[in-house]
Amino acid sequence: MKDVIYPIFYLCAAALYILALKWMNSPTTARRGVLAGEIGMVLAVVGTMLRYEVVEYHWILLAMIVGTAIGVPLALLMPMTAVPQRTAIAQAFGALAAALIGTVEFFERQPTGFILVALTIEMLLGYLTFTASLVAFAKLQELLPGRPLVYKGQNIVNLCVMAAAIFMGSLFYVSPGTAWVFPAFAGLSMLFGVLLIIPIGGADMPTVIALLNSYAGLSASAMGFALNNKLLIVAGALDGSSGLILAIIMCRAMNRSFTNVLFGGFGAVIQSTAVKVEQRPVRSASAEEVASILDTARSVIVVPGYGLAVAQAQHKLRELYDILTRRGVDVRFAIHPVAGRMPGHMNVLLAEADIPYDKMVEMEEINSEFAMCDVALVIGANDVVNPAAKNDPASPIAGMPILEVDRARTVMIIKRGMAAGFAGIDNELYYMDKTLMLFGDAKSFTASIVKELGTLGVG
Amino acid sequence: MHQYEEGLWIFLLSAFLGFELIRRVSPLLHTPLMSLTNAISSIAVVGAILVTGHKDASTFAKVLGFIAVTASTINAVGGYMITDRTLKMFKRKDDRK
Repeated sequence: MKDVIYPIFYLCAAALYILALKWMNSPTTARRGVLAGEIGMVLAVVGTMLRYEVVEYHWILLAMIVGTAIGVPLALLMPMTAVPQRTAIAQAFGALAAALIGTVEFFERQPTGFILVALTIEMLLGYLTFTASLVAFAKLQELLPGRPLVYKGQNIVNLCVMAAAIFMGSLFYVSPGTAWVFPAFAGLSMLFGVLLIIPIGGADMPTVIALLNSYAGLSASAMGFALNNKLLIVAGALDGSSGLILAIIMCRAMNRSFTNVLFGGFGAVIQSTAVKVEQRPVRSASAEEVASILDTARSVIVVPGYGLAVAQAQHKLRELYDILTRRGVDVRFAIHPVAGRMPGHMNVLLAEADIPYDKMVEMEEINSEFAMCDVALVIGANDVVNPAAKNDPASPIAGMPILEVDRARTVMIIKRGMAAGFAGIDNELYYMDKTLMLFGDAKSFTASIVKELGTLGVG
Repeated sequence: MHQYEEGLWIFLLSAFLGFELIRRVSPLLHTPLMSLTNAISSIAVVGAILVTGHKDASTFAKVLGFIAVTASTINAVGGYMITDRTLKMFKRKDDRK
């Protein structure tokens, strides 16, 4: 009887997962999607517990209690600014689970044929995603330097390690039962994961995080093949395609290919162009001047970047938004797809500060509006507004879609100093006649603009 | 039909379905989307339960299975809660105050 029930539970769970992703397409239905996902998960767990092979419950229940006891406080206490790190560490946990399950299956069942291939893929992706996500986490949490670490012959070393890991995997097939093969396989997979992320830094993080998300999903799907479990295949495939499509969107937003992101195009660029920052005059302005310009503006477009997150300036920015809106200024936020450290990072940051989401506009939509706006205010963004991407075919970022702030009537840029951005190239925007450089910390400068606007009285 | 052939068909269709669904998700929600798919991938807990609670499970299987169940539970519980917490922050202009 029980064995008739659990496939129905699985079927419902798969349907709920599909609905969960469908409902994510709009902010108005997204929370319903989360609920659907939660119910799906409960159905899957209860269904599995009912299976006749599962006879011992106490270890499972204990593990679930421990997991919940760790997961709940983690979810409630984690500051929203730590979202990229949390995503990375969650991927590490997920991948570890998949890798360990694969390992048990491998040793307990002595599989052959197709199941062995599926298990090998599951373990390879599981182990490499585990360490890769851990390194990504360490970089985002700044336990490791966030800068890309590059050395000569890096790609060759990486390819050799990957080939060695796959070779070890194939030995499972050729000479089963050789004791040293498994540790070598697991070790090489984990080493490859580390090596893969070491050269990745800064602006490439969103792509890599999305790609690791995809690997974690594919690993779960491979587990589904090994266990002949269709729910796992479906959920893993949904997850895998989701991560992949996000990674593709990120690559497109930088006009770069996958191989270019993964095998360190930018690291090489930084060295070859050897950044010559010329001493050219720029116009700077005080908070007082900025306030009087903003006061007479009718429309303002704010361009947030990772610097906003670093300076934690989102709440001050909300105050600026409020005071300008009260004065009848139309304020919108232009979001570049790769701004921040993970897909959609800026939106979450602004939403956290209570900025309405209908004021956040995607790049394609807002670009035509810059020509009609009075002020474009750039906070903590650099490469994504660099006109060299359009104008200079020799630039390392040539062809990258940018937010065309150079078309605005006045451009204001809050920046600590004249340092170049992640791509290590100078920004023509800073030297334009209509550009005002606002030197200072994003948070305190925004605060002083708000203060100055306050003293102007109701306009 | 081989068992794996059936699996590959299911994988193929789900992957294409996934592409179509995700393409429609607004870039506004890409971060919560990632934490949601992350939570969904903790479906690996199914495999972990089967391994840990199996009637012939060895101690080795139980230990690794225990870790796997714990790790996926952290992911599932944390993932869904974070996604919901993130989504709660997204408000329209008229919803404020």
